[in-house]
Amino acid sequence: MTYKDELQKRTEEIKSGGKDKYHQKNEEKGKMFVRKRLELLFDEGMAIEDAFFANCMDGSLPSDGVVTGIGRINGQDVCVMANDSTVKAGSWGKRTVEKIIRIQETAAKLEIPMLYLVDSAGARITDQVEMFPGRRGAGRIFQNQIKLSGRVPQVCLLFGPSAAGGAYIPAFCDTVVMVEGNASMYLGSPRMAEKVIGEQVSLEEMGGAKMHCSVSGVGDVLVKTESEAIDYTRRYLSYFPANFRSKPDTAEAGEVKSFEKSIADLIPENQNAPFNMHDLIKRIIDADSFCEVKKKFAPELITGLARMNGKSVGIIANQPRMKGGVLFPDSADKAAKFIQLCDAFNIPLLFLMDIPGFMIGTKVERAGIIRHGAKMLATMSEATVPKVSVVVRKAYGAGLYAMAGPAFEPDACLALPTAQIAVMGPEAAVNAVYANKIAELPEEERPAFIKEKQEEYQDNIDIYRLASEMVVDAVVDPDKLRDELIERYRVYDSKNVTFTDRKHGVYPV
Amino acid sequence: MTEIKASMAGSVWKIVVSEGETVEEDQDIVILESMKMEIPIPAESDGTVKELKVAEGDFVNEGDTIAILES
Repeated sequence: MTYKDELQKRTEEIKSGGKDKYHQKNEEKGKMFVRKRLELLFDEGMAIEDAFFANCMDGSLPSDGVVTGIGRINGQDVCVMANDSTVKAGSWGKRTVEKIIRIQETAAKLEIPMLYLVDSAGARITDQVEMFPGRRGAGRIFQNQIKLSGRVPQVCLLFGPSAAGGAYIPAFCDTVVMVEGNASMYLGSPRMAEKVIGEQVSLEEMGGAKMHCSVSGVGDVLVKTESEAIDYTRRYLSYFPANFRSKPDTAEAGEVKSFEKSIADLIPENQNAPFNMHDLIKRIIDADSFCEVKKKFAPELITGLARMNGKSVGIIANQPRMKGGVLFPDSADKAAKFIQLCDAFNIPLLFLMDIPGFMIGTKVERAGIIRHGAKMLATMSEATVPKVSVVVRKAYGAGLYAMAGPAFEPDACLALPTAQIAVMGPEAAVNAVYANKIAELPEEERPAFIKEKQEEYQDNIDIYRLASEMVVDAVVDPDKLRDELIERYRVYDSKNVTFTDRKHGVYPV
Repeated sequence: MTEIKASMAGSVWKIVVSEGETVEEDQDIVILESMKMEIPIPAESDGTVKELKVAEGDFVNEGDTIAILES
């Protein structure tokens, strides 16, 4: 055999991954081979692959179960690590870990996005001394992720399990896309849970994709197939720059979709009646440009990337259709993470307010709603990207604060004519101020008294009164909201401020 | 059989379907009143309302079953 033939033979063997039976097993579950995934992910396949021959002397561990390299997505080079679950279930050996660490170091040097295509059973216990505890053991992967966080976009595509310590890979990514039925995350498997704590539970229930994307919030995007996960990721990355030093590319200026109903038609007169905030969002962004993040988790708050006149913008919007748009501990966390994400990568923020306030009651107090709300306020306040808030309807109490109200230095706080800003709504306020008086009145006189006081209260919080006091910067015709926002973001583009001078803040976590 | 649960604590303001009625996914089953807001509780899938577990004016906690849907 010539040198060339040997190289070709070895290359072919390694390229085909693990044993056929594992390929078949994966196929039955709707899982693609790792190299097929990468082919679909990149514009034109992988450009560079490193340590392809890792552990090649073993013969049974092609590439040591992980593919690492660089390819292009939307024309941008990105680093990737991708587990091969046909090789010892994608488990991590010494070289697997070293490969992952090296590609992360490359992403840090080149300041380009880092993607993690995870499908792994976790540590190879037989290799633990070499891969677990040391300076370049698996812990370094997470240390690197933490260092990369906010420097370059990091996305996890979860195609299979992400077990035990490995579950921290998705945890430290900006966004985690999970394939329903196959993807899972857990610190201890159901088998371990039964042995150690006596709990009987299914994998899906404890660490499945649906659970994580709707209950725990560790997952962000739930998809049905691997192709869908790849398509979402390619689309998601198009809103981002390569790193924190640059701004996102401007896409071709899009048109807004046309609808029969205008924004004014959508908004019910009764402040307490629900409407669908998605309908308003569609009317101000470029057609079909909404890329929602955490759609199924805490849906009382909408977070997503969009384009306005081709420019990326991150939208945080109350959803009155779900839980009245009230903020809960989970929705506050959801907002905090999304605001950090956009601020880290120079994506301007848009807050759309229709909020009765933070939830009250024993359940949320015990869950630490004050602590979670403080997180949201802190990240919103710290964000130095262009920041515009729009009071669509009500903005009551700390809800006004959390949604970038005037005190938090938005570049502008705009109001629609339907806006209503107050410590609380008229019903609650009249009840708070006149409770004793109402109780003293004969029952038949109460409704008229309450109505009169509520009307007085309404006059007091009239939006033009607040505009006159310069609480809001402008009252905007809803039909002109998109144009107003496009113009403002164009002007605010040169904003360059530092929040404050210090090492870092000390906030609740 | 699916249980329709309250998404948050509040009182039952209006019941908008009756037992035996066929409903579609996303169709409102009841409207709660909480935080002075109307909170619609929709069906998560198509089905028939087998049983309503609440009456107008009842207080419900987050997670309480409001209705049972047969698909």
